[in-house]
Amino acid sequence: MSAPPKSFRYVSSDRRVREDRRFVVGKGRYIGDLAAEGMLHVALVASQHPAARIISVDASRALALPGVHAVVDGAELAAAVEPLMNGLDTPHVRRYPLAVGATRYMGEWVAAVVADTRALAEDAAELVEVEYEPLPFVLDPEEAYKPDSVPVHPAHGSNVLLDRVFNWGEVDTHFADSARELSFRVVWGRNSTVPLETFGVLAQWDPWGGVLDVRASIQMPKYADQIARALRLPMNGVRVHHDVDVGGSYGVKRGIKHTVLAGYLSRKLSRPVRLIEDRLENMRSGDAHGPDRSFDISVAFNQDGVVNSMKMRALDNAGAYAGRAPFQLGKPIGAIVGPYRIKSVRYHAISVTTNKAVEEAVRGFGQSPTNYAIETMMDRVAEACGLDRVEVRRRNLVRADEFPWLIPSGTRYDSGDYHALIDKTLAHVGWDALMAERDALRAQGLLAGIGIAACLEPSGGNSSFEPLLNPKNTTTTWMESCRVNIDALGCVNVAIHTTSSGQGHETLAATAVGEALEIDPDLIRVARPDSLSSLPGNSPVGSRMAIMLGGAAFHAANKLKAKMIAIAAKRLGCAPEAASYHEGSVSFGGQTLAWQQIVEIAHRHYHELPSGFEPGLEASHIMQTPTGEALPTADGRVQMYPCHSFEFHVVLVAIDPELGKPELRRYVIGHDCGTVINPHIVKGMTLGGIAHGIGAALLEEFVYDADGQMMSQTFMDYLMPSSKEVPRVEIVHQCTPSPLTVFGQKGSGESGYLGAPAAVSGAINDATSPLGLRFEKLPIRIAALSDAVARARLQEGKQT
Amino acid sequence: MKVVLSVNGADHHIDVEPRLTLLDALRDALRLTGAHAGCEHGVCGACTVLIDGRPARACLMFAAQADGLSITTIEGLASVPGELSLLQDAFCETHAMQCGYCTPGMILSAHALLREDPAPSREKIIDAISGNICRCTGYGQIVEAIELAARRLAGANQKEGAA
Amino acid sequence: MKAASFEYSRPETVEEACWQLSRDDDARLIAGGQTLVPMMAMRLARPTRLIDIGRIPALSFIREEDGAQLVIGAMTRQADAEREPSIAAAAPLLARALPWVGHAATRSRGTIGGSIANADPAAEIPLALATLGGSVIARTERETLIIAVEDFFLGPMTTALPPTAVLIEARFPIWGQRRIGAAFLEISARAGDFAYVSAAAQVALDDDGRCLACTVGIGGATPVPRRLAAVAALVGSAISESRARDAAAAEIAGIEIMTDPHASTAYRRRVAITLAARAILAARDEAMTNEARR
Repeated sequence: MSAPPKSFRYVSSDRRVREDRRFVVGKGRYIGDLAAEGMLHVALVASQHPAARIISVDASRALALPGVHAVVDGAELAAAVEPLMNGLDTPHVRRYPLAVGATRYMGEWVAAVVADTRALAEDAAELVEVEYEPLPFVLDPEEAYKPDSVPVHPAHGSNVLLDRVFNWGEVDTHFADSARELSFRVVWGRNSTVPLETFGVLAQWDPWGGVLDVRASIQMPKYADQIARALRLPMNGVRVHHDVDVGGSYGVKRGIKHTVLAGYLSRKLSRPVRLIEDRLENMRSGDAHGPDRSFDISVAFNQDGVVNSMKMRALDNAGAYAGRAPFQLGKPIGAIVGPYRIKSVRYHAISVTTNKAVEEAVRGFGQSPTNYAIETMMDRVAEACGLDRVEVRRRNLVRADEFPWLIPSGTRYDSGDYHALIDKTLAHVGWDALMAERDALRAQGLLAGIGIAACLEPSGGNSSFEPLLNPKNTTTTWMESCRVNIDALGCVNVAIHTTSSGQGHETLAATAVGEALEIDPDLIRVARPDSLSSLPGNSPVGSRMAIMLGGAAFHAANKLKAKMIAIAAKRLGCAPEAASYHEGSVSFGGQTLAWQQIVEIAHRHYHELPSGFEPGLEASHIMQTPTGEALPTADGRVQMYPCHSFEFHVVLVAIDPELGKPELRRYVIGHDCGTVINPHIVKGMTLGGIAHGIGAALLEEFVYDADGQMMSQTFMDYLMPSSKEVPRVEIVHQCTPSPLTVFGQKGSGESGYLGAPAAVSGAINDATSPLGLRFEKLPIRIAALSDAVARARLQEGKQT
Repeated sequence: MKVVLSVNGADHHIDVEPRLTLLDALRDALRLTGAHAGCEHGVCGACTVLIDGRPARACLMFAAQADGLSITTIEGLASVPGELSLLQDAFCETHAMQCGYCTPGMILSAHALLREDPAPSREKIIDAISGNICRCTGYGQIVEAIELAARRLAGANQKEGAA
Repeated sequence: MKAASFEYSRPETVEEACWQLSRDDDARLIAGGQTLVPMMAMRLARPTRLIDIGRIPALSFIREEDGAQLVIGAMTRQADAEREPSIAAAAPLLARALPWVGHAATRSRGTIGGSIANADPAAEIPLALATLGGSVIARTERETLIIAVEDFFLGPMTTALPPTAVLIEARFPIWGQRRIGAAFLEISARAGDFAYVSAAAQVALDDDGRCLACTVGIGGATPVPRRLAAVAALVGSAISESRARDAAAAEIAGIEIMTDPHASTAYRRRVAITLAARAILAARDEAMTNEARR
């Protein structure tokens, strides 16, 4: 693919995001806003034990309540539905929407109550009597990893879902040949992106039509497939409606267990059933927790700070069931060396089950925790060499003239100019002045530090980590599609085949089609047909939609444009290659055929159509991920995502040493995602990602106590950044287009989030390093920070 | 029990259980679904409405308590169907949302602020929206929208081009 | 999260409210509801009846009595109190505390009396009341009770209010000196959260900058808001940073301090000393620049 054009008509221009209009007037269509005639509501009965055998479930008092229609337990459900799919080959880790025989984490759903109202369902849920026999449990992943640990799934034999060592390159040789070596551990605490809207699903079974209509707050590939499989329906017996507004997802809205449950209930009762998690159900049992991971790193480097090789052991606590979590150890393989020219890597990926809630896909799919580990490593190398942290990065970064750059694990980075973006960002920051500001704050008696983070956003999303970690899975197809149709009156209609959760896909698709057809995107209508009327797609995951939906829409529109040119060329009496297209008109030899005339021919003048042409003006395109064609090699090398955006964070933090509360005084991010399709959307992603990252670094954690009780069940304990916790962010732009995409665009759906935790952690460590302190676990809480400072000062002989 | 909710200038007579919150009454009984349930325990602000012009959390009131009080929801801001208030338009101009779930509550908090202080400082804007959690935007474009609305309000009824 | 069912009534007088309360052991008053309603949503509170005192006119007022007491009716909304100039003049410490209470949307409904009756150890209004040495008036069917703040807060979420009593008003002493300053400081993970530690101070100075009166209290660290007796030592001379800190430390070093997963005892103790000292100094600085506003 040749280099894309540098200037665009509509791409990159300041255009309003059309979706906003319905949201500002309160006309979003979220699951909670949708009702159906005769709809019933669900509440869940949850286990309070981290592990227990279910001895009995007595629903008699609940069923006696007026307005209660059914109480269903795991035994009934397991007889009627297939277990939910695992990503890895772990058939003995069986998961159903309700616990079957035993509960495996505090909060796990044991029974579902269906009633006329949600309030009645909750009343009845309190009356369901469950007898439990508590069982031994394990919460710590290192404990769970041991062969003699209590197995969460005895049939599986151990708690190990994944335990694989990858060796890419001459690791041992590089370690032996390096002058220096150091090791450390960092821990990414269990948190998640916790959207403001909980997961909800409205399931309606039509017994005469044989179709299950599903509307859900969903962001999930293979959703209709998995519903059908679990409910033992043909896939065309499931109709997923994509025209539902999703109140935020950032990866986690994968409510397949809720959906299978609601679908089963709807079929059982022949009534529409709506299941919306309340916040308690969501936090402890929604199975939407994020990575819970420790990293043990050894790094081999030279005295000049050049890193030669890295060993990384990543241990992830997947919770009580397998789900998709283990793949979050696989995706980071596609950028396992970060933006650096590290020559070899040993990667030991371990995923274990414990009696905690289930981990789900979170923004970045494991990349942000991995970047936190890598950037900590670079800071440590700089410290060990007595070198400036930015300089060490400069010495290690892939250089602009080296792209495409092949990393040891098999991915090629498509394009980038990391050094230039760093230079540009530091120039904007005023690096020397920032250092002086830090020193001035220190002179005032504050702790002050600067944190930096350089990292990649792999984008384009394929499923290479699936066959990589599960050889029985030979999926290489990871597509997205778009249909464009010009109707009889010349209006353009675009169909996209997925739900959205605020990423502006309607605006994105209209812009891409408008760019191709050279017509105003605001005239283009975008619709979302349901899954029975849709072409294949894989939903907005893996930072892929700018690339994949943008690409599919652009290609479909270009196919349509070619048809229009051919139709006009026939009337104009020339070869299509000789005709020229301009803003909807086609010209040759001084004559021009206008848009409306071409439309008329296509829709009404069959006698004028080129031979073999179908009537009307319609084209579709189903696009495969660029570069994603091959299965992994035997030693685990594969091309992960195709495109790589780059970001560079600079944060200045000040901390009152007594109070321990970090204040982010300045936040600058350099960001390069190639061609920007809509500047507002990309800006929003970056700022929102940084806010998520600040939360992960300082505030957010799902805390379990020693008895396996999840303590962070409400927003009084799980703290998310408000407007006062997120500083004003300055964005420095750069555009290094991707050679692999239609406009040169790369993804930006994870931007900011991928580097903010590393940068904030780095700043706090820089601030406290004069006291000899290190903070190696996220989140860094104010009391812990203050306590550590107080202890250090005591040792230094200072008064507190 | 019978409750009269005065919403966006119109009185609605409803018959509800005492335990029905104002939020659920607005959404389910009156089908005004712009106020959203985010946490149902009064922290996230997605349920924000105006009561006697002041922001309040609709999930923290029972409908019965709101009997006879003057309630404004997001549906009451636009003057005419199809049009946007100056503030709503500013939110579109700066793309001050993504998923839209926090947006009605956020706009109402901003609306109340601008009524009390038409030229708020950035700090005051941040304080006014600090009770509305947003998980999408990181607040930057939201603050910009409110600043833009304040500037436009200041310039309203002036000849174009005036400072 | 839907509350369990309950009966609802809305008395028009305090007498009626007392009567209803005495008829049902599991009935509860609801004022602003900002604390009670989330508890009910989580089904941690399950009153059989809610007695809504929100429309009793006699409970919403702010007035001064003899220039010595600022009296605030229990149903006075925190947002109204925040905007009330007479509170800023007569009880500046309370005025400093109010912006820290929750968020604007909770202050528009939350009440002065509700916060005091709820008695959360980290709450700002109880700390202001304790620090100023105020009192509470409550009414039952048979009697009117006047309870000094030292006798009112008994433990976390526990007060001396009899179960059948309605809290009527809160009384804050008015200081008569000419140069008064006040300060309120709080630390929490996020703005608007329950405080890990808070400190309130009000200081009066003579024309030469010597301390005529000083009161300091800490919240969030002890089961009830605590007025520090040791700061009496500051009266009679200029307040210096080291003397302020020593006075705070002397007392706080020896008392029992709470702990929880968010903040350790050590943290709370250290920060209580720091915030108390800073509050004293900030109040002093404000007094230095203030002439009487009354």
